[in-house]
Amino acid sequence: MLEVKNLSVSIHDKPILDGLTLTVKTGEVAAIMGPNGSGKSTLSYVIAGKPDYEVTGGEVLVNGEDILELSPDERAAKGVFLAFQYPVEIPGVATMTFLKASLNAKRRADGLTDMTTPDFMRIVREAAKGLRIDFDMLKRPLNVGFSGGEKKRMEILQMALLAPSLCVLDETDSGLDIDALRIVSEGVNALRSQKRSFLVITHYQRLLDHIKPDVVHVMAKGRIVKSGGPELALELERNGYRDYSDVAA
Amino acid sequence: MALAIVHSARERTAAEAALSDDIAAMLRADPSPPRAAAAAQFEKAGLPTKRLEAWHYTDLRGALRVLAPQAPEPDADAIAKARALLAGAPKIGAVRYVSVDGVFVAALSEGARGAEPTLVAAPAKPHDDDPIAAVMAGLAPGRWEAPLGDGSALVEIVHVTTKPATLSVMRLGLTAPAGGRVRLLERFLGAQSGAQRFVAAKIAVGEGGEFGHVVSIEDEASLHVETQRPTLAKGASYSGFALVPGGALVRRQIFARLAGEGGKIALGGLSLIDGKRHADTTLEVVHASPGGQSREFYKHIVADEGVGVYQGKVIVDPHAQKTDGAMKSQAVLLSPAAQMMNKPELEIFADDVVCGHGATVAALDAEQIFYLQARGIKRADAEAMVLEAFGAEAILRGAEESLREPLLSAMRAWLAKRGKGGAP
Repeated sequence: MLEVKNLSVSIHDKPILDGLTLTVKTGEVAAIMGPNGSGKSTLSYVIAGKPDYEVTGGEVLVNGEDILELSPDERAAKGVFLAFQYPVEIPGVATMTFLKASLNAKRRADGLTDMTTPDFMRIVREAAKGLRIDFDMLKRPLNVGFSGGEKKRMEILQMALLAPSLCVLDETDSGLDIDALRIVSEGVNALRSQKRSFLVITHYQRLLDHIKPDVVHVMAKGRIVKSGGPELALELERNGYRDYSDVAA
Repeated sequence: MALAIVHSARERTAAEAALSDDIAAMLRADPSPPRAAAAAQFEKAGLPTKRLEAWHYTDLRGALRVLAPQAPEPDADAIAKARALLAGAPKIGAVRYVSVDGVFVAALSEGARGAEPTLVAAPAKPHDDDPIAAVMAGLAPGRWEAPLGDGSALVEIVHVTTKPATLSVMRLGLTAPAGGRVRLLERFLGAQSGAQRFVAAKIAVGEGGEFGHVVSIEDEASLHVETQRPTLAKGASYSGFALVPGGALVRRQIFARLAGEGGKIALGGLSLIDGKRHADTTLEVVHASPGGQSREFYKHIVADEGVGVYQGKVIVDPHAQKTDGAMKSQAVLLSPAAQMMNKPELEIFADDVVCGHGATVAALDAEQIFYLQARGIKRADAEAMVLEAFGAEAILRGAEESLREPLLSAMRAWLAKRGKGGAP
């Protein structure tokens, strides 16, 4: 599904990723853990296609196709979805208008016609219910004045509607209280399938209590420095990242 | 010792000479003292240049090198052409009056029930601070007084230009009587490159009256110079909004006066400027009585090599205590060559007032665009979505409800046109 090969990335000439290699198989839930500044968010942005990052080497393949030359919307059309750590507020754009534009863009990319308004309302209503999103929230401008928990639930709602094949969750647990964390995790777990891969980026093990990963990778200084099963997350929780602070130096 | 004072006679441009001739011809036909004063003022001042503070960012003298010949009185041909243009611009108001090349044509009115704009011989006085006033007072044959009803229905005035390279000049008198209400939409249609247009409206809002006024410039005149002079009596309110998606050189100037106590004025606009277009909104709001309120809310979207100008001056006279004023100008620049000049000013001579202003100029928010693109929305569509939200705020705030949808769709059309031509 996702193959990152020897990826090096700089921002404003400062190297952030340094020959990172990582594979996430189809249907797999992979967690990436690592200390602050290890390049976790950079990896998620580079996969999604954010400008400003300069790829100095390597490849990112999704289903065998190199996506690095594609625009963010073209990557989304190929099934890449990034759940943002800080979802962006867009004043004046109604959440429903945005959701419809986004869903129809995906449908067009898949060769389908635009969804009718009643069908659209129905599926949004269903998806919102599971995430306990109040319908009134959908009438408000996108992410404007939403609480941290509301923003993250809105990300998962979009993920549910767009049904991507690769979901990258960038510190989705940040800013969430325990209840919100549970709701968001349930939303993610409901989307787990054999055809969908997840890359769950987190700083803390607690998200992984709710979203059980198949594999855990440890990232430090722009590389994957250790990979293992779920037990690796528990080990990190016990020992912290100190074992990795000198790695790859 | 005698001091020799030498007036260096500024060399007149061809356009100034032509205007001077036109004004002289009008003066011969109507040798009234106000027209003579206008002629004298124009001889002295000519067209405004950058040296005048109010025209610092719009060099009209430089831009208007050649004056187009005045449009002839509309003939059957022009009226037929106007009819065809109107067919493509469905009526929005309940009553519609139509001017063709600067003259109202009753045959084109709809829903007027016999009440038509009439030309009255109201002499215009030149204003020392406004060189355009001399042009208007010198060239316009009189003032068109438009019957505007009682506010139960929206009145629409459509100014149609049918001749490509002609000059049209019109003075309008627009009145909301004491205790009365007026809802007016003015639209400019049909002008093509080469067309030059001077319009001026004297707007009177009587005691306790309400005036809602929306202007929409829907054509592509080479020059559009528009002056509005609203005067508010005690307890009167005036709301003015303008959508400017067209016109190569547009200057809208508003001289508002809150003459009576407790007047309320709200001015706003959205200018959409692409290509090499230049759109200038310059306003002066004078609080001449206590307890008045003024709000200015203007937005500009400037693309390509466009230039936007906003100059807003709020003057609070010494006895205009308890004045409440707030001014805001926001602009988005879409290209490195796009320019925006923002000049908000407050001149406060009273001591018990609340007045503020703010101005911002920014590029599109790259984070917002990336977020939308990451959800599969193409870049051009993402930009249009963010820009539409930006512009819609001005429309929703400035225009009455029945006009919001037509104005929003005019804005969307501009954004769609831009999106097709532009960004990757």
